[in-house]
Amino acid sequence: MSGEETRIMHDLPGEVDVVVSPARYRVLRRKIVALMVMVSVIPLLAMAVINLQQYHATLDREVQAPLRALLSKTRNSFELLLAERTSTVSFIASAYSFRDLADDKALNRIFQVMKQKFTGFVDLGLIDTSGVQVTYAGPYSLKGRDYTEQPWFNEVLFKGRYISDIFLGFRKMPHFVIAVQHLTDDGSSWVLRATIDTGQFDRLIASMGLDPESDAFLVNRKGVLQTSTKYYGNVLDQLPFEMPPMSFETTVRTLKDHMGREIYLAYAYFPDTDYVLMAVKPRSVIMRTWNSLRTDMVAVFLAGVFLIMAVAYRITAALVDRLRESDERRELAFRQVEHSQKLSSIGRLAAGVAHEVNNPLAIINEKAGLMKDVLGMGADFPEKSRFEGLIEAILRSVDRCRTITHRMLGFARQMDVKIEDLDVNEIIRETTGFLEREAAYRNIGLHLHLGEEMARIASDRGQLQQVFLNIMNNAFAAVNDGGTISVTTWQKDDATVGITIQDDGCGMSDETQKHIFEPFFTTKKGTGTGLGLSITYGIVKRLGGEIAMQSKVGQGTTFSIFLPVTPPEGASI
Amino acid sequence: MKKIKLLLVDDEENFVRTLAERLQIRELGSQVALSGEEALDFLAKDTPDVIVLDLRMPGIDGMEVLRRVKRSKKPIQVIILTGHGTDKDKEEAMRIGAFEYHKKPVDIDSLVFSIKNAYRKKMEDMMVAATFAQAGDFESAEQILIDDGMKDKAGE
Repeated sequence: MSGEETRIMHDLPGEVDVVVSPARYRVLRRKIVALMVMVSVIPLLAMAVINLQQYHATLDREVQAPLRALLSKTRNSFELLLAERTSTVSFIASAYSFRDLADDKALNRIFQVMKQKFTGFVDLGLIDTSGVQVTYAGPYSLKGRDYTEQPWFNEVLFKGRYISDIFLGFRKMPHFVIAVQHLTDDGSSWVLRATIDTGQFDRLIASMGLDPESDAFLVNRKGVLQTSTKYYGNVLDQLPFEMPPMSFETTVRTLKDHMGREIYLAYAYFPDTDYVLMAVKPRSVIMRTWNSLRTDMVAVFLAGVFLIMAVAYRITAALVDRLRESDERRELAFRQVEHSQKLSSIGRLAAGVAHEVNNPLAIINEKAGLMKDVLGMGADFPEKSRFEGLIEAILRSVDRCRTITHRMLGFARQMDVKIEDLDVNEIIRETTGFLEREAAYRNIGLHLHLGEEMARIASDRGQLQQVFLNIMNNAFAAVNDGGTISVTTWQKDDATVGITIQDDGCGMSDETQKHIFEPFFTTKKGTGTGLGLSITYGIVKRLGGEIAMQSKVGQGTTFSIFLPVTPPEGASI
Repeated sequence: MKKIKLLLVDDEENFVRTLAERLQIRELGSQVALSGEEALDFLAKDTPDVIVLDLRMPGIDGMEVLRRVKRSKKPIQVIILTGHGTDKDKEEAMRIGAFEYHKKPVDIDSLVFSIKNAYRKKMEDMMVAATFAQAGDFESAEQILIDDGMKDKAGE
């Protein structure tokens, strides 16, 4: 029967199988989760990225602005210094006549004053138009030296003044030269040349107050360092990175230096000299801030994504479960309709067969009965008792056939309650009669312990049969082959009879027990309608009885039914 | 009760003749009608005490015969004996006023018992009717002979 039912279920249009398939719900769940996560995570991600970029730009500006200001200020100081020194030399050139300056003593005196008033002057010399050192005040003996071929001398004659790159003097100290041409009224000219050490430069750079990781220095336009640096080499070394494009305004660029550090390079070209002032600040300073911000944001983002995923998953799980539940309910309802339709068509068929069989059966009955009558009236003859036995056998067979046809008719019968005087034991025997064959087949011990002197009860035969049959069917489903089912009846009290149906089958979990009488609840996946026990419960209640159940997983189940001897008012509804 | 006038109505001749014979053995003489029409012909000429009636017959069926018997207001009791009977048929027959309802095949002794009970019922009805008539209450007397089914209807 159950195999048959399963087969029929599978023959039904595909929709049923598709609906039941758990993979479908998994796919559905995955899709919904993906969609929910997508629509919430993508904007979140976009926001995080935009925020980060914004912060990055802001931080950049915040670092660049003070660096730019500092560089501009320092450049001004440099320009001021150079202008001051140049002015000093120019002043001396203007204030004194060639004759004064050509006098060693006078020049020496002027040089001493200069040294006192302005720090950094190393020497002072006068060169005439032909490029020959006329006088010299300072630590070296340079008098009489000819500078005609020196490029700087030509430049000073051409431009009127000249500030040299840094060079290492005889004492290996970095110096630079300021040379100024003086034109007299009579058209003759001479050049005053002063050497200045770069201590002033270092002081100016030191006054910038840079943090230890930053650096500031002068280079010339060819990229030769004019002051010593922390990270990029000493005086006269080549700058290890390319010179930035020329700009007299203070400019900030980001680049990678030779040590692989990301740096901000602030620089400004000096308009009148070869110098370029540079300040370097590693980006790591702000990168640290930015990194910690980024870490925070990533953490927040990940936490957000995790939360979204969790919520999406939970919501979707609930949603899909609900969906599946309703699908299953629909499926069960569908199956139940199909089941009852099948039952009713089987019922109609059975009733038709029973009706058709009843007529010939009645003829057999009457013919055999007549034979018996005739035999009973006639005289004895040798084989009489044998004939009587044969006729009895026919009549018993007719009786059996009648039981079958009447049962088939009863199967198709409507569910109306018809109260009659009944012997519970008899109904139990009748019902177990249906199952004896299966019991024998499966080697199940079916034991009846029927109480003696049971009161007859007023109840409905068909309905009670159905109650017992339903419970026993469940018992048969629960026990293994070779198991035991026992049915016990007893007189509980004057007004009540008790019936217990006990099996040693698989038993039920607490969860199953909770739902066992609910309609559409079934553990027989695919074959059960989930209606058997709920109908049973309904019938017992309608007949004024009680039904109880005890079960333990692995030990078996006991159903107890208590029926009133006289039904309550309204039992025949 | 040898004088019970019994009519057996069944289209299955094989069955009904045998039944008649068996009843004869049990000292119940009977007439046989093989269709509804035949039964009605018989009723036009004679009035049996008890009719054993099959329901499903070609032509006029048992239910119709029952209906006409009850409509005739004659004191006849009808026992239904059918192989086709459903609960609905049974309900209908009892409502119209059948005395009892048996399904084929039937145990001969229980049928005999039914027939005798039906006859007793008929006699009781007659007696009660006679008593009413003696007392001059002819209306009640006639009412007795009207089918039990009408009483059921009144009770609904």
